Amino acid sequence: MANYSTNEFKGGLKIMIDGEPCSILENEMVKPGKGQAFNRVKIRKLISGKVLEKTFKSGDTVEGADVMDMDLAYLYTDGEFWHFMNNDTFEQIAADAKAMGDNVKWLVENNVCTITLWNGNPIAVTPPNFVELEITETDPGLKGDTAGTGGKPATLTTGAVVRVPLFVQIGEVIKVDTRSGEYVSRVSK
Amino acid sequence: MTKWEPSATIATLKQRAQIVAQVRAFFETRGVWEVDTPTLSAAGVSDVHLHTFATTFYGPGFAHGLPMHLQTSPEYPMKRLISAGSGAIYQICKVFRNEEASRRHNPEFTMLEWYRPGFDAFALMKELDELVIELLECKPAEYVSYQRAFSSILGVCPLDAELSVLRTIACERGYREIAEHEQDRDTLLQLLFCMEVEPNIGQERPCFVYDFPASQAALARVNLDDPRVASRFELYYQNLELANGFHELTDAKEQRARFEQDNKTRQTLGLPTVDVDERFLAALSAGMPDCAGVAVGLDRVIMLALNKASIQDVLSFDISRA
Repeated sequence: MANYSTNEFKGGLKIMIDGEPCSILENEMVKPGKGQAFNRVKIRKLISGKVLEKTFKSGDTVEGADVMDMDLAYLYTDGEFWHFMNNDTFEQIAADAKAMGDNVKWLVENNVCTITLWNGNPIAVTPPNFVELEITETDPGLKGDTAGTGGKPATLTTGAVVRVPLFVQIGEVIKVDTRSGEYVSRVSK
Repeated sequence: MTKWEPSATIATLKQRAQIVAQVRAFFETRGVWEVDTPTLSAAGVSDVHLHTFATTFYGPGFAHGLPMHLQTSPEYPMKRLISAGSGAIYQICKVFRNEEASRRHNPEFTMLEWYRPGFDAFALMKELDELVIELLECKPAEYVSYQRAFSSILGVCPLDAELSVLRTIACERGYREIAEHEQDRDTLLQLLFCMEVEPNIGQERPCFVYDFPASQAALARVNLDDPRVASRFELYYQNLELANGFHELTDAKEQRARFEQDNKTRQTLGLPTVDVDERFLAALSAGMPDCAGVAVGLDRVIMLALNKASIQDVLSFDISRA
């Protein structure tokens, strides 16, 4: 893998830090009028998801990480692995529970997810920003209370729990923002 | 779409013009006159951490080209004017530093630089404080020695601490990538000062840090009473380094030795060496009056005066639009 100098640092660049692939979120040059320049970068570790800051001497080089994103459709799980397919080539890739992390609760069959591969192996799966899921369980709520204030918890077919307005009922399909885990709207069937 | 519009708004640029006029009035009333020295210089700058833009002059007498550098500061020609008997002078000019671009840096920026024969560092800090109060309507500055600023935050003396101690502190504070292998004491001092000290000083009011380590003297004279420090100061305010000043080194022999030391360091770092500025050294030999001088990043002062978060907000056209 190529090495990158600090002048090549920018948001989205994938580099190796502490033996783990990372994505640069922010890069700032810090340079006194007299003296050494430094680059302070904010990075996200792609496996643990942890965000942290690192500082380099400007001009230093850092090893690049062989990381690529692929858009693949979710097929099914066999309990141990989650299987995805490239809709153009029909090539299949299986991600383990560690790569899935919490996002397993947003998986909908045939939805196209972004699979992050490091040296060819899946390390993270990002679902679409919005998914539509059916409510399997929620309190019936009070009649006539249409707006409500606090809302109520609702369990979806995948097991995900989101807060929904009081008027939303079992059997309805709702749209959820997977980035925040928040209810967006009801979906008319 | 081609971005043709200025980086700053027209309203900001008008305010900028007023601030520059205020600066000129400040010096007018004090009898400091404005000079204009060349932007192009045959000599480069030996400072290991400054990267100059280079170009070549072709013309009558120079058919094969005269290599020239864009100035990183007007220091050498202004000191030649001082040596020639100019008395107190100031200049507002563009300076150029390659490899510098950020929210706080543009590779060409506006420097306000002035020299005061007969002043020492403290007299000049006081005058700079008066200018800053006038421009920023802030409280008077506080003064702290480099040693005290550093040790009060990091717990060790920056002048005496061993390399290994500085390394340990840097590792503890999250700079293992740099500190583990760093052999240069000053790099570690600069790292710790930039990242750990600067964010904690000069927040409520501007802060002068004086008596920098002699190893970072640049063009300041070394303190005769304590040769561990040099008569160099910096001004910080609200996370911006605003100014760097010296009680100037006037000894031509020592100045030449420092240039040669810079070139030795350049060789060990694999950087090109720089021919020393013989005209500047000749002026020092001829006898430069005892004086203090300071360089102020005027764009940054304007950022603070107009409450702008980035230097691009106060420039007509930043490097991405130049």
